Amino acid sequence: MPFRAEVLICMGTSCIENNSFEIRESIKGELKKHNLTEEIRLVSTGCFGFCDAGPIILVQPDGVFYQGVKEKDVPFLVEEHFLKGRPVKKLMYTPPKEKIPIPTLPEIPFFRQQVLIALRNRGLIDPEKITDYIARDGYAALAKVLSTMKPEEVIREIKSSGLRGRGGGGFPTGIKWESCRQAGERRKEKRYVICNADEGDPGAYMDRTIMESDPHSVLEGMIIGAYAVGAHEGYVYIRKEYPIALDRLNTALEQAREYGLLGKNIFEQGFDFDIEVHRGAGAFVCGESTALMASLEGKAGVPRAKYIHTVEYGLWNKPSCLNNVETWSNIPVIINRGAKWFTSIGTGDVSRSPWGGSKGTKVFSLTGKVNNTGLVEVPMGITLRDIIFKIGGGIKKGKKFKMVQTGGPSGGFLPEELLDLPVDFDSLTNVGSMMGSGGMVVGDEDTCMVDMAEFFISFLVTESCGKCVPCREGLKRMKEILERISNGEGKEEDIGLLEEIAFTLQYGALCGLGKSAANPVLTAIKYFRDEFEAHIRDKKCPAGVCKELIEYGIDPEKCTGCTLCARKCPVNAISGELKQIHVIDISKCIKCGICYQVCNFNAVFKK
Amino acid sequence: MIEIEIDGKKIGAIEGETVLRAAKRLGIKIPTLCYHEAVSPSGACRLCSVEVQEGNRNKVVTACLYPVRPGLVVKTDTERIKKLRKGIMELLLARSSTSETIRELANEMGAQGGKFLEDKNKCILCGLCIRVCDEIVEAHAISFVGRGIEKKVATPFIEISDACIGCGGCAYVCPTGAITIEGEFIKLEDNIFGKLNEFRKKDTGETMKEILKIDSEGQ
Repeated sequence: MPFRAEVLICMGTSCIENNSFEIRESIKGELKKHNLTEEIRLVSTGCFGFCDAGPIILVQPDGVFYQGVKEKDVPFLVEEHFLKGRPVKKLMYTPPKEKIPIPTLPEIPFFRQQVLIALRNRGLIDPEKITDYIARDGYAALAKVLSTMKPEEVIREIKSSGLRGRGGGGFPTGIKWESCRQAGERRKEKRYVICNADEGDPGAYMDRTIMESDPHSVLEGMIIGAYAVGAHEGYVYIRKEYPIALDRLNTALEQAREYGLLGKNIFEQGFDFDIEVHRGAGAFVCGESTALMASLEGKAGVPRAKYIHTVEYGLWNKPSCLNNVETWSNIPVIINRGAKWFTSIGTGDVSRSPWGGSKGTKVFSLTGKVNNTGLVEVPMGITLRDIIFKIGGGIKKGKKFKMVQTGGPSGGFLPEELLDLPVDFDSLTNVGSMMGSGGMVVGDEDTCMVDMAEFFISFLVTESCGKCVPCREGLKRMKEILERISNGEGKEEDIGLLEEIAFTLQYGALCGLGKSAANPVLTAIKYFRDEFEAHIRDKKCPAGVCKELIEYGIDPEKCTGCTLCARKCPVNAISGELKQIHVIDISKCIKCGICYQVCNFNAVFKK
Repeated sequence: MIEIEIDGKKIGAIEGETVLRAAKRLGIKIPTLCYHEAVSPSGACRLCSVEVQEGNRNKVVTACLYPVRPGLVVKTDTERIKKLRKGIMELLLARSSTSETIRELANEMGAQGGKFLEDKNKCILCGLCIRVCDEIVEAHAISFVGRGIEKKVATPFIEISDACIGCGGCAYVCPTGAITIEGEFIKLEDNIFGKLNEFRKKDTGETMKEILKIDSEGQ
């Protein structure tokens, strides 16, 4: 019997963290109480992407979008919406500074600007049900490939789609597949396909979300890829910190085997293929293809020179085709809708070579000081401004935009002048940043660029594998220099020294991670040089972040003597009686900034 | 045989051999630190970086690993390469400021000391000891442990290793003298790898030379 409505509740990591399990159980109970279980279907979905608004519930078919739902809201919600037919306004999304709530998902600006390919099924299906995936054209592309296309035709289609690797490298996927197939055919060797699910950029969770919300899309892509390159064995290398993604992937694998979509004689077309899951131990460097393959072989995850490509000699010295989660999940859509359709989205011209442009979409995890943090999928060529201000809803608390970092820890910081830059592989590289795997961190006027550069270099210092001199030693020295600049001990020659180390890294480091590791420092100096100079020459931190360079004080004109700051100060550095002007004892002050945050009269200042 | 060009000189080479080997036949010296012809190349020190041109692409690669292909053009002494080697040596000098080997090499590359804070590590993590132990002695007694700046060469759990046969090959091949033989112990700082075996106690290192098949020029 058909249901009259579906209640889709987000079971992504972020919503689970905010009690979506409990909310789901509560909805189940309420539906039962009102005898609605035959009429209303409750579906657990993967992440919707709008994590800032979680926990999220979507009611279909009308598309009503509820956000920030709490367990205590459930009885009222079920009664109002499903018994009385009155959607609950107070749980709908209201954009910052506006008063009228937006009732349905497609009308919300965060979703309206997005174009979904990799995330096509997010929030729409139960990721643990293969039938849900099949109902939305799942495995149709695989059927088409196995029954009507030769491997070479599949490769040609992917090549002409212009699809480039979504994991960071931006290498044309079709060319990679072709080289792998040719190497295998030439040497009559077995081949492997590998899915890189070792997503490690801080704050980025594109791949996790795809695996959590639509694991079959990755598997289908891999099976198609395996057929194209002629592989019969595949691996998913997934980081250990993704338990939910791992569970859903394993469930998907079991179901796919049950349905005959993996294993022997798939679709009775004589093609055999199966996938094994390997858990990484959480090393950032294992996202680098050669380190990943070393780790898969049971060796330490350390990169090797890629003068001989992994498509020739990869895993166990066999031709190996490694693509990232997002790349794989794009494949079925390209097969279903055709390369021509895919090339209609994005920038450049790929009719002669896939290097000619950036086609399709890219998933970004939008984090930092934007209003709508979350996961967004946008067409290539969209401007940074559109992502940050239209989809992201602008900067938090009405503050001023300062910079956006794209491409993860080794991406670059881009200033306001570059907000109208179209986002694609080549334009981001041209300005000293990169597409990377899709991290996008936004900073506002309170962000200090020396501090930011130090943060990311510190991350890279701990994650460097330590094999080659430039990366191991260079990053350590960069960190030392940045630390002293932020402590007010910077020297005139420090900017030059940072640039020298950056040169050694760019040209000397062994792997891509090391070669790009200087990007944060180089772009910070290139676009925010005056801020470095202020730290070094004037011993000032213009953004008021670097502790050693700032001092807190209380403006006697504004202080009302409310005592709040004195009560909150953890070291009793503030003195003053009720209704008297308060004073900070600089010798005791640890510059934690609590007084600055709690003052209701803006009387506490930084200088 | 194929033809390639190194620093303007044409030379016949075997397809797939490394640029470093081809250059050596031409008598062109490319500096190395983590390379030893007795063991497989690693590409860790980056000192042998050279510029290669293939088609219209120009890139920096390490000579110890880069395989020659027909028509390859190599330049071993460009401004960029000089600057890179100097940069690498300045970083190594900061790591191992008291090592004679490093100071000499740094001097040769025009590297200046005192640019960075200085440490006194003797070990430069070139990994030659590990490769000799793995590939020639096949004892697998030592390996890298840890990651990044914490990385070290060590025996499992930093204890005397049963796997160590006491050949002292690690100490012999170590370019900076970080691995030492003190009395009967083979050690790297306070990590004793093992005890020198009876045979090597009497030996002056000639056996090691033979084992490592070092020719008259050394490396």
